[in-house]
Amino acid sequence: MPDILTLPRPSAPSISANGERYAITAENLNVYYGAFQAVRDINLKIERQKITALIGPSGCGKSTVLRSFNRMNDLIPVARTEGRVMFHGKNIYDADVDPVEVRRRVGMVFQKPNPFPKSIYENVAWGARINGYRGDLDALVEQSLRQAALWDEVKDKLHQSGYSLSGGQQQRLCIARAIAVQPEIILMDEPASALDPIATLRIEELMRELRKEYTIIVVTHNMQQAARVSDYTAFFTVDEHRTGYLAEYGPTTELFTNPRQKITEDYITGRFG
Amino acid sequence: MRDRVSQVPGYPDEKQFQGFIRRRRRRGAMWRTLFLIATSVGIVVLSALLLNILDDSFGYVAVKNEIEPAALLATYAPKRLPMERGGADYQILRELSRDVQVQILRDHLSQGLIRRLESEQPLDQRSQEELGDLIIERVVEPHFLASWSLFDSVFHRARIKAEVAEMDGASLRFYSWLNPKFVVSPQSSHPEFAGIRTAILGSLWVVAITILFSLPVGVAAAIYLEEYGQKGRLNDLIETNINNLAGVPSIIYGLLGLAIFVRALQPLTGGSLFGIGDATTNNGRTIISAGLTLGLLILPIIIINAREAIRAVPQGIRQASYGLGATRWQTVWHHVLPNAMPGILTGSILAISRAFGETAPLVVIGASAFIIRDPDGPFSKFTTMTIQIYQWTARPQAEFRHLAAAGIIVLLALLLGLNATAIWLRNRYQRSY
Amino acid sequence: MQSDLSQPIQAMNVPVAQHQEVIDLRRRRRAGESLIHGFLFLSGVLSVFTTVGIVLVLLSQALAFFRRPEVSLFDFLTKTTWQPAIGEFGIFPLVNATLLTSFIAVIVALPLGLMIAIYLSEYASAPARRIIKPVLEMLAGVPTVVYGFFALTFVTAILRALLGSDRVEIFNVGSAGLVIGILILPLVASMSEDALHAVPGALREAAFGLGATRLETTLRIVLPAALSGISAAFIVAISRAVGETMIVAIAAGAGPRNFKSWADAVTGFKFLNPFTAAETMTGHMVRISGGDLSYDSIDYDSIFAIGLTLFVMTLALNIASRWAVRRFREEY
Ligand SMILES: Nc1ncnc2c1ncn2[C@@H]1O[C@H](COP(=O)(O)OP(=O)(O)OP(=O)(O)O)[C@@H](O)[C@H]1O
Ligand SMILES: [Mg+2]
Repeated sequence: MPDILTLPRPSAPSISANGERYAITAENLNVYYGAFQAVRDINLKIERQKITALIGPSGCGKSTVLRSFNRMNDLIPVARTEGRVMFHGKNIYDADVDPVEVRRRVGMVFQKPNPFPKSIYENVAWGARINGYRGDLDALVEQSLRQAALWDEVKDKLHQSGYSLSGGQQQRLCIARAIAVQPEIILMDEPASALDPIATLRIEELMRELRKEYTIIVVTHNMQQAARVSDYTAFFTVDEHRTGYLAEYGPTTELFTNPRQKITEDYITGRFG
Repeated sequence: MRDRVSQVPGYPDEKQFQGFIRRRRRRGAMWRTLFLIATSVGIVVLSALLLNILDDSFGYVAVKNEIEPAALLATYAPKRLPMERGGADYQILRELSRDVQVQILRDHLSQGLIRRLESEQPLDQRSQEELGDLIIERVVEPHFLASWSLFDSVFHRARIKAEVAEMDGASLRFYSWLNPKFVVSPQSSHPEFAGIRTAILGSLWVVAITILFSLPVGVAAAIYLEEYGQKGRLNDLIETNINNLAGVPSIIYGLLGLAIFVRALQPLTGGSLFGIGDATTNNGRTIISAGLTLGLLILPIIIINAREAIRAVPQGIRQASYGLGATRWQTVWHHVLPNAMPGILTGSILAISRAFGETAPLVVIGASAFIIRDPDGPFSKFTTMTIQIYQWTARPQAEFRHLAAAGIIVLLALLLGLNATAIWLRNRYQRSY
Repeated sequence: MQSDLSQPIQAMNVPVAQHQEVIDLRRRRRAGESLIHGFLFLSGVLSVFTTVGIVLVLLSQALAFFRRPEVSLFDFLTKTTWQPAIGEFGIFPLVNATLLTSFIAVIVALPLGLMIAIYLSEYASAPARRIIKPVLEMLAGVPTVVYGFFALTFVTAILRALLGSDRVEIFNVGSAGLVIGILILPLVASMSEDALHAVPGALREAAFGLGATRLETTLRIVLPAALSGISAAFIVAISRAVGETMIVAIAAGAGPRNFKSWADAVTGFKFLNPFTAAETMTGHMVRISGGDLSYDSIDYDSIFAIGLTLFVMTLALNIASRWAVRRFREEY
């Protein structure tokens, strides 16, 4: 499989203060569920402070790859990971790495909104608290909710249950919750798939806003969404064993206007998947 | 830009966070160990429960015979005299020819006893086996002078041997309190011969009545609540009421049974209305009273389980049936019940094993302390396995404790069988709608 | 049933109806259906009659008890001696023993059971849970008389060996209480595990995703979410402990632990001593009714008065349990 990432790219890379260009990279990543290989040989370098979309047909392993970026796959007893995921120059799958450390820095927003059965305030404050936050909690909660574009809607009912909100609001609450821990990277697994078009639009706006501070990796089934919000797009598909692999990766505009691979073109034009 | 978290005001910096997370990890590991220990303690304690029963079911006994089998053989069948002494002696007595066996009995038993035995069944019409047992019971007359648990028998053998050597005329035997004779013998005040047969039959009779009463009524109630009753006050009342009943202590049901079935309905449950029974059973403390009491006791459990099974039958099946012009009862009888049956049976079996295990309400309504005759109908006096175990446990002598342990094994085996049946049923008929 | 079904078949032999012929669509009386409906209805309300029966029987006999000249409700509630032979009927010794055994049981079973549940639901591997869970459920079905045997022949022996047979009597409240704890342990563990297991995995994922450890996820997210079910499990277990009969009848003692006065009861916390014998409400009822009880004796009436007390206590616990389920229910 050719390393498409080594190809020259048009856009100027944003290089961070200490010279690191990538927020997180997967190297020869293979994930198995028991004997079944879900994805193989994934090489993926995620640019800092950009939005990277993972697209592909159902079952091609998008969620699997996404979850391997913060070791959420550890929670599935049968799951096994090979290869490396480099984060700050360290392989997060090394034996001495604590997944709890990783997840604090690589937050996650799930497909279905899953607020805790606690108040809105507690939902946001909880993660900060367990991570030893000593500052002004009220301020942090407010700031996170503002960043998640939810503050105005909930500021008068912070102590009501998180479940008193609408689906879209719940999802923004989950984003606020993730932000409150101040991660570097936010993983989002189809964050808008359970929402109506208006709520989806708000989440997309929010993502673009968040890009200024965070690196975002988002799984989506919605081609327009990927085209609208993401800077880079990774297209996954499956081989004859139903094992997923990375078929093409590049700047979103390029991938959508001028796909290198036939299969990518088929997929984005809707002839496949 | 090395690490965001350390930059954010309020969060601990990288170094602090290292220590912080170590503390959290340590606390996690500590609690994890605690949870594991709790689970292990639970497992150990519950294994102790079972091991304790096994421990009391087997072990050494010190036996003293009134007449040694060897002595009998020496007189009556010198050729059969065994080379070495031991448990085989008893078996040889059962294998002697019937003439010799009858001779032994006539020589050793009183005239009166012989007459009584003859009137039950003439001696020379009895089998070798029976005659042998009679000889052992009446002539050899073994007594247990002492008994030991399995643990002691294995680990303190020398001490036991020394103790038995002190006892006059006693010999040491390894004895299984749980044995075929234990299961088929009736109750006896001699632990050497006591068995659990009457109690097993009693339990079966009582639970048969329980099933006959509570299964149809319970399922009918469940059908009413699920298929007929309109959602409303009455249904809510019945539902709350059933949940409350399921939480009433079993002994309260005993009081109910005592006041209603035993006392108020005495002519009915005592059988005098039907001209059955005698003075000892006309008091209403009979199998039918016990069965009905337990029936009321498990009724809530049956209803709750049956409702769940009925509710699991998909609505589409009912609609299809009504769509074909079936009446409500036809729908229930032809579609709902057959589909719900495995679930209903599974739940009912569990309720029935509860009935087998109940003791307290039966004591309250007046189980008989001591019955030798097999129960012969719903109007007999009753005892059950649990009552028997309770009475043996309450006796101070160690021998009865061993009998209780053996009885418990029989009871648990029965319950295990019922449970296994329930699980099998559940797996066998698991439906995928 | 057969007759019902044969009806339409007969109808088919009749010549096909003419168009003009009027079809009768009016509601028909189906005798069989009504009969069945009646039977089903009676079965449904039988449970209500059972409750009414229990309440009436307990109330009427208890009333008969309190009508007796030697008994007064005031003494029943305030006296510290239960000695029918000399006409002393203070319920306190019996209630005290019931509460003491239940308390010991609860102290043992609730924490231990909850920890087992947490271990099974949040830590144990799937195969381990698949094995342990049904075993727990089966143990919850072991008859209580078996636990009584265990209390008397094993736990008492151990207690006496550990603490000295001069301190621990052969019949004692402690070993009965401990074994009631063991009896309700599978119940607590199994019901709590159900409640924990029912908490959606999404909540756990969310917590882990924020960098929580397993312990933090368990104690601060899963446990509060399962509180409703766990509290119900606890109350059901307490109710079982209060109503438990055979263990105390076998192992706790064959006579009430009476006190000369309230002062006597509290000096040196005598009423709390777990190492001496005492008879609980249920134990007393079993012992008294074990003999041939004559219907117009005061003993006969007294067990109904005790039964009423017990019924009220467990009913209150039942109602509390339903309240707790509602109170602590969290939607997710
Ligand atoms: N917990 C699991 N156990 C076993 N197999 C799994 C598990 N999770 C996912 N798989 C398998 O791994 C493959 C990839 O799954 P994954 O959820 O990553 O796909 P996906 O691309 O996210 O699909 P979708 O778009 O439908 O969400 C699928 O074949 C799936 O069946
Ligand atoms: Mg997915």
